[in-house]
Amino acid sequence: MNYIPNILFALLLIAGLGYFARNVKKLVRNIKLGQDVDVSDNKSQRRKNMAMIALGQSKMVKRPIAGFLHVIVYVGFIIINIELLEIVIDGLTGSWRVFSYYQELYGILIGTFEVLALLVLLSVTIFWIRRNVIKIKRFWNSEMAGWPKNDGNYILYFEMVLMALFLVMNATDIHFQLMNSGNVVSQFIAPWFSGLPETTIHIIERSAWWLHIIGILIFLNYLYFSKHLHILLAFPNTYYGKVKPKGQLNNLESVTNEVKMMMDPNVDPFAASPEGAEDEMPAKFGASDVQDLSWVQLLNAYTCTECGRCTSECPANLTGKKLSPRKIMMDTRDRLEEVGKNIDANKGEFKDDGKQLLGDYITAEELWACTTCNACVEACPVSIDPLSIIIEMRRYLVMEQSAAPVELNNMMTNIENNGAPWPYNQMDRLNWKDE
Amino acid sequence: MSEQLKVPTMAQCMAEGRQPEILFWVGAAGSYDDRAKKITRAFVKILNKANVDFAVLGTEESSTGDVAKRAGNEFLFQMQAMTNIEVLNAYEVKRIVTACPHSYNTLKNEYPELGGNYQVQHHTQFINELISSGKLNIGKVSELSGKRITFHDPCYLGRANDVYEAPRELLKTLGVELVEMKRSRNSALCCGAGGAQMFKEPEKGDKDINVLRTEDALETKPNIIATGCPYCNTMMTDGVKAKDKEDSIQVLDIAELIANSQE
Repeated sequence: MNYIPNILFALLLIAGLGYFARNVKKLVRNIKLGQDVDVSDNKSQRRKNMAMIALGQSKMVKRPIAGFLHVIVYVGFIIINIELLEIVIDGLTGSWRVFSYYQELYGILIGTFEVLALLVLLSVTIFWIRRNVIKIKRFWNSEMAGWPKNDGNYILYFEMVLMALFLVMNATDIHFQLMNSGNVVSQFIAPWFSGLPETTIHIIERSAWWLHIIGILIFLNYLYFSKHLHILLAFPNTYYGKVKPKGQLNNLESVTNEVKMMMDPNVDPFAASPEGAEDEMPAKFGASDVQDLSWVQLLNAYTCTECGRCTSECPANLTGKKLSPRKIMMDTRDRLEEVGKNIDANKGEFKDDGKQLLGDYITAEELWACTTCNACVEACPVSIDPLSIIIEMRRYLVMEQSAAPVELNNMMTNIENNGAPWPYNQMDRLNWKDE
Repeated sequence: MSEQLKVPTMAQCMAEGRQPEILFWVGAAGSYDDRAKKITRAFVKILNKANVDFAVLGTEESSTGDVAKRAGNEFLFQMQAMTNIEVLNAYEVKRIVTACPHSYNTLKNEYPELGGNYQVQHHTQFINELISSGKLNIGKVSELSGKRITFHDPCYLGRANDVYEAPRELLKTLGVELVEMKRSRNSALCCGAGGAQMFKEPEKGDKDINVLRTEDALETKPNIIATGCPYCNTMMTDGVKAKDKEDSIQVLDIAELIANSQE
């Protein structure tokens, strides 16, 4: 017997999965560059969120057309992958369609796959048309120019080719067509090849089979380099996403300690810290670079699939301001990748590259345009919170750099002096009663 | 307005040795802004009418710090919060009602961690309670009948805290024709003045947010744009002026609609 194809297959599988594992490790390391944050609360709510939002796609269908098509692709993707198991067994052992032993069940299974493959092919084609022919606005914002736009299309091409190969592979499998069970779609493709000699058909079948599995392995490894990671990260991201009311911003603990000290008349400000207690003064307040953000915010950045629903609902963006919540996420991810590569190149240590997220990627103008209305957070189908990053960076601008717009500085001075953002006397606070 | 309102302060109540049931948190806008003061007075009228045992902090009230926090000044926010919490806890306040969604959000969500635990309600929720418990009667109001009203969801009431129905229920009680904007409830568009925008010029763009939102409202051909937030009120009022519609469209707080119905 000739074992070369089996060995080749095994090597291919190991290489494909191995490289992917290596990148997953890198991904986890990068995410862990973020600050620690306690997410051990509300476990049942978190599980529910993951089940509803990621598994159940509850937020995708808020926009019915895109949502419906996405559900088809998503269900297709998951279910057709059952077929992968058979392909792997066949590839490793040299068997032919090992599951076809249970002929009736197999017919139903493959029939379902074929129908789904056709539907996925159709949906993906419509997605492509929406992006490139109808030119839906959110796919053409300035941050989408270049790689992000191409990335979106490459993913669609991948899916089209994979689905087509699956159907061709079935159509040219003469034995499978003779079984005439489960070939609900491929029986209509089979006649296209009927004029060809049997050996040629067999070569086409083998080629499609190999290209299909090779394509899947390439696609798997493409994920890390693309926006498409959401197919995996949507699950942890919806689990670790915000469970508190959207309006609630976190209270900086480091500030709480400072303020308590300031307000406590019994504290001796010059006292040395108690023996053994670490100096807990944080390096900085707020965030100017990705390492200052929490790891959940970094996970958010990797999860973003650049659909642009956030930006299309953002009041600042809708009125022509520079702020785009999607760009905030894309910038965070790009900077994080840059930091990761820096660490790789410098033997595990980050060497200052003179750049940071604030200024080099995200400008103060973008940050100050936010109304904190939570439209972006509400719109995100996978529980990403761009607002929390905007607030962290505003905190850095204000508390570390005193770089708020002048009018805001006036407003804050007013609050400090008279307890209101306007310059009115605190003693006049009840005057409305008699006016 | 010359009508005398009964507005006891917490200090007065304490001097009289009694504990009011409700603290009405007026907020900085409600205290100083000329337009918002009318909303404050309208709400107090309702409180008086329903004989609610309430008090205000008066000159002891200070900014919740919401706007400072959203501008990025966490220090100032927490200073404000802790000072307010000291005052509120000293008066043993249990229930707070406010007509400002920003105060509502901050008091309800951001104060507990800092030691301020209160039951906080937006005035539309509280007025609903007054009605359902029979303390306040609202019938259909003849001068409002047939009027088209659209409700602008304040971000800090709606998306921020998932309160969408309380204001709408009140509008229904008034017997008006409630028409929804194409963007409403959790997809409502912001009026443009949250997140400290009220106190600064907008960044460069091609339109003001409040004008865009007013256009949403105008599409419903309303007689009245109702809202439940002093900032939204200012922004929508300005938007209506920018569209030269101030003669035909009023921007009113729900408390004002209810208070007017009581006359």
